[in-house]
Amino acid sequence: MSDWESVIGLEVHIQLATRSKIFSGASTEFGAEPNNQACLIDVALPGVLPVCNLEAVRMAVKFGIAIGAGINRKSIFERKNYFYPDLPKGYQISQYQIPIVVGGTLDTVVDGSVHTVGITRAHLEEDAGKSLHDEFPGATGIDLNRAGTPLLEIVSDPDIRSAQQAADYMRRLHRLVTYLGICDGNMQEGSLRCDANVSMRPRGQEELGTRTELKNINSFRFVEKGIITEIDRQIDVLESGGTVIQETRLYDPIRNITRPMRGKEDAQDYRYFPDPDLPPLVLSEEFIDSVRTDFPELPEQRKLRFMTQFNLSEADAAQLTQSRPVADYFESALDHADNPKGVANWINGELSSYLNKEGIDISDSRVDPDALGQIVANVDSGVISGHGGKILLSILWEKPKLSINEIIESENLRQDSDSGTIEALIDEVFAAEPEQVQRLKDGNQKLIGFFVGQVMKKSRGKADPKLVSDIIRKRIRS
Amino acid sequence: MNLANSGLNQIAEALDNREMSSVELCEDYLTRIDDAEQLNAFITIDREGAIENARQVDENRQSGASLGPLAGIPIAHKDIFCTKGLLTSCGSRILSNFISPYSATVVERLSAAGAITIGKTNMDEFAMGSSSEHSYYRPVLNPWDTTRVPGGSSGGSAAAVAAGLIPAATGTDTGGSIRQPAALCGITGIKPSYGRASRFGMIAFASSLDQAGIFARSAKDAALLLDSMCGYDPKDSTSLDIPPPQCTQKLETPLDGLRIGIPEEYFTAGLDAKVAEIVQRALKEYESLGATLIDVKLPNSDAAIPCYYVIAPAEASSNLSRFDGVRYGYRSEHGESLAQMYRKTRSEGFGPEVRRRIMIGTYVLSHGYYDAYYVKAQRVRRLISNDYSRVFETCDLIMGPTTPTTAFEIGAKMSDPVLMYLNDVYTAAVNLAGLPAISIPAGFDELGLPVGLHIVAPYLEEARLLQAAHLYQKHTDYHLATPDLVT
Repeated sequence: MSDWESVIGLEVHIQLATRSKIFSGASTEFGAEPNNQACLIDVALPGVLPVCNLEAVRMAVKFGIAIGAGINRKSIFERKNYFYPDLPKGYQISQYQIPIVVGGTLDTVVDGSVHTVGITRAHLEEDAGKSLHDEFPGATGIDLNRAGTPLLEIVSDPDIRSAQQAADYMRRLHRLVTYLGICDGNMQEGSLRCDANVSMRPRGQEELGTRTELKNINSFRFVEKGIITEIDRQIDVLESGGTVIQETRLYDPIRNITRPMRGKEDAQDYRYFPDPDLPPLVLSEEFIDSVRTDFPELPEQRKLRFMTQFNLSEADAAQLTQSRPVADYFESALDHADNPKGVANWINGELSSYLNKEGIDISDSRVDPDALGQIVANVDSGVISGHGGKILLSILWEKPKLSINEIIESENLRQDSDSGTIEALIDEVFAAEPEQVQRLKDGNQKLIGFFVGQVMKKSRGKADPKLVSDIIRKRIRS
Repeated sequence: MNLANSGLNQIAEALDNREMSSVELCEDYLTRIDDAEQLNAFITIDREGAIENARQVDENRQSGASLGPLAGIPIAHKDIFCTKGLLTSCGSRILSNFISPYSATVVERLSAAGAITIGKTNMDEFAMGSSSEHSYYRPVLNPWDTTRVPGGSSGGSAAAVAAGLIPAATGTDTGGSIRQPAALCGITGIKPSYGRASRFGMIAFASSLDQAGIFARSAKDAALLLDSMCGYDPKDSTSLDIPPPQCTQKLETPLDGLRIGIPEEYFTAGLDAKVAEIVQRALKEYESLGATLIDVKLPNSDAAIPCYYVIAPAEASSNLSRFDGVRYGYRSEHGESLAQMYRKTRSEGFGPEVRRRIMIGTYVLSHGYYDAYYVKAQRVRRLISNDYSRVFETCDLIMGPTTPTTAFEIGAKMSDPVLMYLNDVYTAAVNLAGLPAISIPAGFDELGLPVGLHIVAPYLEEARLLQAAHLYQKHTDYHLATPDLVT
């Protein structure tokens, strides 16, 4: 049995988060009624013309700068010609010979080892519409809402050597583009879509093997599983003396197999040529500089800042900056609580468990960062106990509209910090446990916890445990 | 007032002096259109719309509201321009049911200047042709001789203006589609520089060559319309962000020391002797008016037609892909599968000349042929453009014949596409170079058929073009002649 090496390159389409489409003024918002967000231009009426959306260009340049790529001062929009009902013009406007972004790199880290992946190019293009095959019996519906949505197609070099690296590459790309604010990162809505080119060769061999292309693998998990499945399939083919056929395949996650895509009768000739409706896209130094100066903080920079500015451990800072929405949530919550470590613990602990339970992202959290910040602040100032804070969060999670102060009052969470009442409770507990009191006085410090717990129980959680513990210590010394 | 050859300024004056209302004017033209129905100049006549708009202008005039320079003057648009609420067929079966939901920028600008759209003129299907025979709506006839073609592709507009059915009309010119029919119909036809007029709403044939222009009875009328029609349009990325040319204002500016380049390549085999003689006489006229004639060379002229017939069909093959029967327009009833629906729709919806050009265009863009045809044609295009730049270093204008012959008989060239394509031998190069050019009436051959003088100006020098044309028309009366058909 040979020792095989897998060679993988990814083509990732990211939907750029512009307000309007790349060549028309129609909105790009997701989820509208079919064809309600398709204007004259998107429908490709006779006589209409494209006008390039500069916001999309700005986003592509931003990406190029972030990966250390070259930005072509002049790039060309071309037409990719083919017939399909959801392609209204009969061609897709894309970039072919001269893309806007060339080169650059993205580092992957798998099991602690860093592997740099080269980026071949990134180019601007428009998305097609959608064919709806199931809505109308015996007919196909066409929804052109998505037609003309700006895409950035990011093509990697065949530098990736494992399915794990591929998945990590995609995660890091996802993190980067969301940090850059050029993509909403919503995988369910197709904001990030991946095709993988996979080939095998005996380790040590320079020459590349025949590749297959896995189409439309749209989750991190399926990228990894799909590529593993395809690698295994190709090794089986090669080891049983067969040859891999260059073809497009689909990953079926239910049966965990890849299968050839049907329907491609013969190789398409797309007849690319420069779109005569769009002059070359010429970028001035001034424009590129303006993108450079308006640059958002990237994940690594933000992690370092969190460590220095907020005195957080590397682990905490890394966890908080893993995604931009989490880091944003953290910083918003800090507006209300001057306790970075505390807020970090609440986000990574209690809040995370609620989010995980419901399988939602922090951007969809039912408790907003303001509320979480206030919970932490109330705990820190001793108004409520830590336990009270957890109760508060659980109530707020169910009824996010309620005010925090109301809940504190209605649920009687306000912590008792009146030492007189606490003295009385201690008296009761001491009277009930004379033997333990003696052992405590004899120097068994471990019993302090026991007595604090007893007092807390009697106060039904309202006493400030720190205060209780202080008073007990004072009493046994006297 | 004789509507057959009245200038726009006469008509405007009559309206201003309340000698007639705009409604009466429109009704008179509509009658003329009805009387000349056999010319097939129109595809659509918008009687109600025109009268309603004319009434509106009349009311505004009564109330003393400020009016545009074309207020109340009826015009027609080539059926290639989208007009809201009206059929916009582009002369094709595939758009024979297409009522446009929007108007082209050119249409909107002329309407904003007060012009009244009276109808849509007939044309070669998708502007592909030089005779207006390639229309789904019957061939257009030449008013000077109804057994002959009016030229094309804007033959309906040219015939309508020549016959006095309308004082002016829009057209489009991709390789000569305004200038050639203007020559064959004995009227003035101008194509401005590429980028002067918005292409938004003008159904694309060959995007890098298409340009809107004007048919009128004189250079003076053309100037007035051109000034209203041109200007930057943010909806067209190829439109120029510069002020409109202000041709009317500069019309009477003298052309002292005018140097006219006469390309030797224009006066060779293929040019009809009588046409040559008439053009030479026109050049003498300019000489007598103070111009200097200079012999010049455009050495790549031979390559213009082959180059044009690679680039234009290449762009067209892609531009016409949207006519697929899916969203609007004609759809064949016979498609069992998607592929079949496409094939049948496009085979039945497009005429033979359009299908031919789609095939040529698809071929020259195909893998393995792209470099040999399309890329090479682009290089040749640059050479042709350089030829003009070189000549304009020593000349102010270039003049020659617009067409090699006068109007030919209907059907004469239908079976030989190359013979048909050679009609544009003097005009197509100008589109490849993006320059402004005009054809003006210069006389008649022995059959009484009009001959056009072709004038080309440097990039963006529309005003100079019209000054020169206007100068000639002040000293000649060929542009005032009207065909016998019209009484």
